Amino acid sequence: MRRPMKRSDKLNLEKKIDVAKIIEGLSDYRPKRKGWTWRKAVPNQEIGPFVYKDTSEALKNSVPLPSAHYFGNIDPQCDFVITTEIASGRFEDDIRRMRMAAWHGADHIMVIRTTGQSHFDGLIEGTPEGVGGVPISRKQIRASRKALDLIEEEVGRPINFHSYVSGVAGPEMAVLFNEEGVNGAHQDPQYNVLYRNINMHRSFVDAACAKALMADAKILQIDGAHNANATAREAWKVMPELLVQHGINSAFSLAVGMERENIALSTVPPTAPPAPKLYIDLPYAVALRDFFNGFKFRAQQNTRYMESDTSEATITHVLDTLISRLTSADIQSTITPDEGRNVPWHYNNVLGVNTARQTLMGVDGFTEMIELKEDSPLDKKVREIKERAVLFLEEIVDMEGYFAAVEEGHFVDSGNFPERVGDGIKRAADGGVAAGSILRREADYMAPVCCHFGENHLPDGIKKPCDLIDGCTLCEPGKIVYIDELDEEDNVTRRLETPLKEKEAGLIRPEVEWAGDGVVCVTVMVPDPPDVGEAAALIMAEKMGLKDPEVIHRRVMHPAEGTLFEVKGRLDFAVNRADLVIPKKEVPVAEDEIREYIRKRGVSVVAATVGEDEHSVGMREIIDIKHGGIEKYGFVCHYLGTSVPVAKLVDAAVETGSKIILISTIITHNDIHRVNMRRLADLAVERGLRSDLVLIAGGTQVTDDTAKESGMDAGFGRGTKGHDVASLIVKRLRGEV
Amino acid sequence: MERGDDYEKRRERVKNLTDVELKDRFWELLNKIVEPIVEEARTHTSPSIERSVLLRMGFSSIEAKALVTNISERGLLGRGAGGIVYRVAVKNKIDVRSAGLGLIEGKYWEDIDP
Repeated sequence: MRRPMKRSDKLNLEKKIDVAKIIEGLSDYRPKRKGWTWRKAVPNQEIGPFVYKDTSEALKNSVPLPSAHYFGNIDPQCDFVITTEIASGRFEDDIRRMRMAAWHGADHIMVIRTTGQSHFDGLIEGTPEGVGGVPISRKQIRASRKALDLIEEEVGRPINFHSYVSGVAGPEMAVLFNEEGVNGAHQDPQYNVLYRNINMHRSFVDAACAKALMADAKILQIDGAHNANATAREAWKVMPELLVQHGINSAFSLAVGMERENIALSTVPPTAPPAPKLYIDLPYAVALRDFFNGFKFRAQQNTRYMESDTSEATITHVLDTLISRLTSADIQSTITPDEGRNVPWHYNNVLGVNTARQTLMGVDGFTEMIELKEDSPLDKKVREIKERAVLFLEEIVDMEGYFAAVEEGHFVDSGNFPERVGDGIKRAADGGVAAGSILRREADYMAPVCCHFGENHLPDGIKKPCDLIDGCTLCEPGKIVYIDELDEEDNVTRRLETPLKEKEAGLIRPEVEWAGDGVVCVTVMVPDPPDVGEAAALIMAEKMGLKDPEVIHRRVMHPAEGTLFEVKGRLDFAVNRADLVIPKKEVPVAEDEIREYIRKRGVSVVAATVGEDEHSVGMREIIDIKHGGIEKYGFVCHYLGTSVPVAKLVDAAVETGSKIILISTIITHNDIHRVNMRRLADLAVERGLRSDLVLIAGGTQVTDDTAKESGMDAGFGRGTKGHDVASLIVKRLRGEV
Repeated sequence: MERGDDYEKRRERVKNLTDVELKDRFWELLNKIVEPIVEEARTHTSPSIERSVLLRMGFSSIEAKALVTNISERGLLGRGAGGIVYRVAVKNKIDVRSAGLGLIEGKYWEDIDP
């Protein structure tokens, strides 16, 4: 029975998502759909002043890229699905992070599991807190899916929810995911074997069953091969093995009934600068796409060489994304730029998503203009990687199979196959977690349920296995048994007590991960070498009032001249909403009203960029009719140009009978913008004209406050439109301000 | 195992394949490698697989775990936990949930054919 979504459940974009309400009534909540959803590509899409080649349908609500306001606030959406990985350990906080990420263009939300869940023999229930991820339970999934069902309506695009079907409870996870409408999942038995030391026979037997269940719900499978380049000492040498690992999981998945279109290869460009990244990574990307044509590609960004420098990570990720566009991808996954230094902070999920979308918008359509060269070093390299992969497979066959090859330590060896360094991961076929736990199905083996892989001796004449029990949960979801909580202390209701109380009291704290965690990060450039600098930076942070300060990033500017630090710490106080003085938003005069007022009176203005300042764009945008400037309301504008002395403006005002002077002042060196404004004001006073004139200043660093402090009547900063200025002038002339 | 890069020597047998033949060879070898693994999966089961069957039959994760542990301890898992519960239900003319919950309480075990 599906609980219908009530109108009142709809999200209000001016309000925070009500997590307490999300976890109400979960026992009978059913997901809206099953299966994966791709974006809908729109060829040659006109958006604002441009025609895009590689975009998809627009969003209803979003936060556009930072520069979008120069282009009419457009927010084109690329044709790749964009992934963000979320893993704070508390799903109730992750839900808010999902909403933020969705507004920035993420439509694949991957929830990382808590440490240790892959060795948990069975399903976890309730909502205990996790470490480095969330304990994946029915309640957590249902609450997250319910939240995403609301969020996707708010942004106007389906959101794919994703987690992991691995460990020793894979088949059970797959049932859970099928039942609860999880849309994507990692499933690769090789991951269990190599990285979780789970017995190899158990891993593959379980995987077949799990894959059949995923196939039924059209859950997109993502494999685990990319972990080899996150693990190998020299990641760029494991490229032949990566093809082999993708191949084994893909061939196995096809053999157990998964559709090719639901199998995605998780691929990471293996290197990062200063390595010659594209020269090495591009042939690999091409080789992979040649051998696996028809499968889906989940392009992941590189994590192997990331450390604490978030801008370095971002640049590598831009190049990774470029490779996706130069070759192909169906999903562009993103890595938060801070993943190398801590469990990702929520705003870094947003930054990671923006790295992908900004890059993809920047390279939109450029594959129509360039192509990868044939008969070049690229072809030769591609062929070599493929041959090495085939030779790898030949050796597996010669060794009598995959299990023997793993026992010999052939996987995650740092050698470029056939080279072997001897540092591969070795696992015993009869060892590992859950060794000896598979058993042969007997002659009367039976499973009276749907989507069951393998031998199943049902009574004669049975067409659908679950007819025997009047329907299984996959056919009759009403039979699903929902467990709410098992632990009275470690659960979401307990964890929400403090944040809800603080919200009620109107308290505001900064946060990066969990509600009101108080964590902030400050950037400190200390003009000293690293050792001295770090000690100083910590004291500075402490004096700023940060508790438990910790340096999370350091970069030498020069061995003696200075070191840059990022220091995190906890701010141990809350701001009370009631104490805040919030400036009232100006309501501008309507455009028609301005036009009528100005036309009747023939108002003129004089305008210029003052001082030694050649910036003309800002002022032209404010006055020029072409840019929607004030001329369109009928103002007569006398534009004097750039680097104009303030005296010339005052003279021009007198000569033209203008009552309004507009100045632009962009350069701020030594506070020259303030000096310019002050000079104009003083001169107007000296000439006895001050009370007759309206003085308005604008510039990137000008605010209304700084302008008024410097003797102006008003100031305008970044993002100002002609309408804002015209409205202020009218209000001023009418004596309203 | 340690071994130098003898790619040039080994590639003798693949270097004359066309790109299409090389790709075919890749998939042919893969299918050969996964075939015995798929066969093992088809003919074997595990505690997790059996718990997944019980979940689909309408048992909670806690009930499924208790049932599989009990069935496994009696050496009956190779017959399928779902099959065991189903047959107990048929024999006693009760629904599968009552049969499973009864088994957890220690009832009906004598009804299972050896």
